Amino acid sequence: MLELATFSLLNGIVYGLLLFMLTSGLTLIFSMMGVLNFAHASVFMLGAYLSYQVGLWVGFWPALVIAPLLCGLVGAGIERYGLRYVHKSGHVAEILFTFGLSYLIEELVTMIWGRNAVANNVPAAVDFPLFTLFGSTFPAYKGLMMVISVSMLVFLWLALKRTRMGLVIQAALSHPSMASALGHDVPGVFMLVFAIGSGLAGLAGVIGGFMLLTQPTLAHAVGPIVFVIVVVGGLGSLAGAFIASMLIGILQTFAVAIDYSLVDLLRALGFVITRSTPSYEFLSIKVATVAPTVPYLLLVLFLIVRPRGFLGKRDV
Amino acid sequence: MLEVRDLHAYYGKSHILQGVSFRVGAGEIVSLIGRNGAGRSTTVKTIMGEVAPVGAIEFKGERIDGLAPHLIARRGLGYVPENRDIFPTLTVRENLALGVKPGQQGGRWSLEDMFTLFPNLRDRADTPGGVLSGGEQQMLSICRTLMGDPELIMIDEPTEGLAPQVIARVSDLLETIAARGVAILLIEQKLTIALEISHRVYVMGHGRIVFDGTAQQLRDNAAVRREWLEV
Ligand SMILES: Nc1ncnc2c1ncn2[C@@H]1O[C@H](COP(=O)(O)OP(=O)(O)OP(=O)(O)O)[C@@H](O)[C@H]1O
Ligand SMILES: [Mg+2]
Repeated sequence: MLELATFSLLNGIVYGLLLFMLTSGLTLIFSMMGVLNFAHASVFMLGAYLSYQVGLWVGFWPALVIAPLLCGLVGAGIERYGLRYVHKSGHVAEILFTFGLSYLIEELVTMIWGRNAVANNVPAAVDFPLFTLFGSTFPAYKGLMMVISVSMLVFLWLALKRTRMGLVIQAALSHPSMASALGHDVPGVFMLVFAIGSGLAGLAGVIGGFMLLTQPTLAHAVGPIVFVIVVVGGLGSLAGAFIASMLIGILQTFAVAIDYSLVDLLRALGFVITRSTPSYEFLSIKVATVAPTVPYLLLVLFLIVRPRGFLGKRDV
Repeated sequence: MLEVRDLHAYYGKSHILQGVSFRVGAGEIVSLIGRNGAGRSTTVKTIMGEVAPVGAIEFKGERIDGLAPHLIARRGLGYVPENRDIFPTLTVRENLALGVKPGQQGGRWSLEDMFTLFPNLRDRADTPGGVLSGGEQQMLSICRTLMGDPELIMIDEPTEGLAPQVIARVSDLLETIAARGVAILLIEQKLTIALEISHRVYVMGHGRIVFDGTAQQLRDNAAVRREWLEV
């Protein structure tokens, strides 16, 4: 039991940090555009594919740096040559544009790497047990995921709060026209924010690629969860996105690991339950079976009771 | 220093500025006054490049119409908007630091000057700008723009919503600014401080300049005041 709890918690934290790396970029971009970027999960997928490809050419460690940088460049390009023009036509056009992009990226990825999953396996360098606890092992690549996400997030936080560039970004997000009138190149700042957000999504794709299948539907697999987090955390709030990422990461990992059903709970409480008990079919569903619904349950719940999320300033 | 000739501006289909012309000389204090909706804010926003200009805007002898706002600012034109636009989560010190332009070396004003002029801002240097009072925010907004060392500063309704003592301090600050050789384009609705400190005054109505003269000439012209200013 203790073993299960410890490992679920560790795995939950790894997953939660990964989700936050993805949602922090989306949140930054949302604060700037005022609309959700539906192509964000596609950039994540691109990160996974690029790290696979670049890894084949030059090895895993260089790919870990190069793939996110390439995703950052793609993001900068999307802002500079796409959204900057579409912005003039309003929010609906922007949303449709990002939708279109997500399909475009999916088709491109399919054209280049095919419909089936590529062999994006855990690289040998980090494919060994990091430590053994209660007879189970914790793999080194999960340790690496933790180190990379935590150091990236600390670095970004310091850059945003402690550097002049960070101040300019914060200013440009709250009052863009004032920041311009003080002589700051706000369109340039927006392009940078888009690049950073996309780079983060790319990095999440690199390290998340081993956990999930690197195939053209990867974006669809993570996209919905990412949007749930952004809504539950509160649109535009980084702290909220962090809380929601960890919450959903941990909740879902625990749920998957719980191989019990209501029947087991009731029996433990002393009730006599047999196959002929009414609604036995329902009571015997294992928690692990309903795990994938947890994020959406949370989404529906939040939209009903607290539409602005944990820390959001406005309703969805 | 600033010369605007036959300036037009539009919000969608509505034609807001209908041929505005005026000038501000080096070191001059000029007021642009008028009723609500006369088009004064639109005039300064158009000069700043926030609203697309149609017409000629010259600053220090060069055309600036059509430039991006941050490039206009970097040429030495300062702007304090009517809603003050303090960065709410950033501290007073950080707000002031953001007034300094990329690559700027020195200038007429230092952080110490600002704190000496407004000891309040020093006391609250590490407080988020969003929690300051309206008067403090107004001072902070003006000081922030001064940190960028403008040669002409355009200030939109700095006295709006402030108590009489605070208005007097704004008026003192404007005279301090002018004393350091910075030209001022002051946007106002009431005549109170505009007539006291301005060298020249323009009155705006329905998107046009309807009067142009000295403060004394406007005081003497009851007809203009009645038609374009009094409510
Ligand atoms: N963003 C906008 N979209 C459409 N119309 C606008 C917009 N801003 C201002 N207007 C209109 O333009 C006209 C001029 O507005 P402007 O803000 O320049 O006036 P003003 O002289 O500064 O007055 P005040 O600040 O007291 O409202 C008004 O009729 C106003 O309704
Ligand atoms: Mg106005």
